[in-house]
Amino acid sequence: MSVVRHRLFWPVAMLVALLLSNLFFTSGFFSIEVRDGHLFGSVIDILRQGAPLMLVALGMTLVIATGGIDLSVGAVVAISGAMACQQIAGLDDQGAVGGVLVAVALALVLSGGLGAWNGFLVSVVGIQPIIATLILMVAGRGVAQVITDGQIVNVNSPPYKTIATGFLFGIPVPVIIAAGVVALVAVVTRRSAFGMLLESVGGNAGASRLAGIRSRRLIIIAYVVCAVCAGVAGLMVSSTVSSADGNNNGLLIELDAILAVVIGGTSLLGGRFSIAGTVIGALLIKTLDTTVYTIGIPPEVALLFKAVVVVILCLVQSPAFRAKIARRQPAEVAA
Amino acid sequence: MLRKLSAVVLGGVLVAATLAACGGEGSGTSGGGAAAGKDDGKITMGFSQVGAESGWRTANTKSVQESAKEAGIELKFSDAQQKQENQIKAIRTFISQKVDIIAFSPVVESGWDTVLKEAKDAGIPVILTDRAVDSPDKTLYKTFIGSDFVVEGTKAGEWVKKEFASAAGPVNMVELQGNTGAAPAIDRKEGFASVLGSDAKFKMLASQPGDFTRVKGKEVMEAFLRANKDIDLLYAHNDDMGLGAIEAIEAAGKKPGVDIKIVTVDAVKDGMQALADGKINFIVECSPLLGPQLMELAKKVVAGETVPERVLTEETTFTQEQAKAALPERKY
Repeated sequence: MSVVRHRLFWPVAMLVALLLSNLFFTSGFFSIEVRDGHLFGSVIDILRQGAPLMLVALGMTLVIATGGIDLSVGAVVAISGAMACQQIAGLDDQGAVGGVLVAVALALVLSGGLGAWNGFLVSVVGIQPIIATLILMVAGRGVAQVITDGQIVNVNSPPYKTIATGFLFGIPVPVIIAAGVVALVAVVTRRSAFGMLLESVGGNAGASRLAGIRSRRLIIIAYVVCAVCAGVAGLMVSSTVSSADGNNNGLLIELDAILAVVIGGTSLLGGRFSIAGTVIGALLIKTLDTTVYTIGIPPEVALLFKAVVVVILCLVQSPAFRAKIARRQPAEVAA
Repeated sequence: MLRKLSAVVLGGVLVAATLAACGGEGSGTSGGGAAAGKDDGKITMGFSQVGAESGWRTANTKSVQESAKEAGIELKFSDAQQKQENQIKAIRTFISQKVDIIAFSPVVESGWDTVLKEAKDAGIPVILTDRAVDSPDKTLYKTFIGSDFVVEGTKAGEWVKKEFASAAGPVNMVELQGNTGAAPAIDRKEGFASVLGSDAKFKMLASQPGDFTRVKGKEVMEAFLRANKDIDLLYAHNDDMGLGAIEAIEAAGKKPGVDIKIVTVDAVKDGMQALADGKINFIVECSPLLGPQLMELAKKVVAGETVPERVLTEETTFTQEQAKAALPERKY
């Protein structure tokens, strides 16, 4: 009973159910083979493809914890990839590790700067987060287009390609990066006061300020972390196909990220947040995508299928809804 | 640091530009409006473009602008930024400027009757380019020039049929579609199926949208490769999805173009490069370079000659050898 009451019980149950349902259609769904010392398999694919979304959702969790929201992450994904690819395309030797590292650093610094801009608008200027980040959401795609001159930039750089398609100790590099960033953020938020302060600001900004918490700085940090996470995701997305498409990279990823956060049990009103929940939420969304492809659900129905799964999940997760059902069927509750 | 700063400044400029465009859409086309007319004998064309959403569209814009200059037609160009209301405003501006002819690529299919009626009442002929409108009244426009996506799908299907003519066993195919509901996606699928659907030898194992992008094309192809052990052919509705799929096929340890044959539509430069490199087997062209044909039609319409109701863009197909030859002059 206590397991069922756990906040993450329903998302995890849904994730397991989706994964199992794949087994009916693809017998070897869970099989993981080792080829050339690298792990291959559908489950590995989900982890690898889910890495960018997981990162974006992770940053989004912190922003949402402060009671804000960041709609500009998709644009930052595009800008970061565009910046890195444009920089690498201009190198004399695209295979040079040093040059690629500089490009990656530039892209991440730029992402951080964009996050600081969002944080500045929200905390200092006092614009509502949805409006403040909407500005960059709209303008950001334009910035990405300006960086790449409106074209898809192709790069031929083995070191850059490693970010999304490489392996380390047999494990895909993006999975390692995502796991590392998640662990880092989890440690910083849960082993220091940072997480508690974020929740405090999100729970009641006024009371927090009166209690002596410098909410302004905290909010800016949250948006910077969020944008840097999106920047790393942008590197992965562009690295996976070795090209940057300013128009399409990271398109609508902000909505998937917000959904992942909500599925993970973090309230959009701010306050308490769950990093583990967000990770599960992101994996659930990616598994849903993969399920549609492997089961072969026709595209016309696919969106409806996804919506139904999400609605069912949200309903069973809601204590109010469960209480209503329980009141109608008292016999079952007694049993 | 300087780059970061300049990008941020650019962002600000862009916001400002967008805001300005909201208030003054169409004002850019108003210059010299009074001078436009039939008195100087020179044709004035008002052209409203969808936007600049892809490399294909940019090439389309360039083609129209360059061929107008060559044909001696004065072009009033307006960018609708993918919004129908901008396009309607632009057309009304063209009408009040009394241009000789209006050409436009409709952002969406429906909702054009009123403004096209206004143009008709003003005696200004209209040519549709690239995209159609769903108006039942065919007299509202003179002609529609553009690609026929069904024909593109058919061309792809015919090539597949020929390529696998001598193959004995079933041919296992997968398809990467465009955005669900988009006209090119629906038509290219339909054309392809019309050739191969009735033939039991060809089996479509899976068909899912890759949204016309490389990243999504790769992702969906990865799932296809996991779910289906034996794939002989990939049909992608555009080059970009095909290019993404190539990455997925290579990562799975197979050779694109050899182990899995690939046929795509579009023939943009990157796609042609992959074709020349032997990673794609066949590309059906969807050409954005309809400018010269458009100008010729415009001259005929203004001169009062009758023109066919539907004009197809001059397009071809490319094999690997043809791609190698055509690649050096590929502009887009």
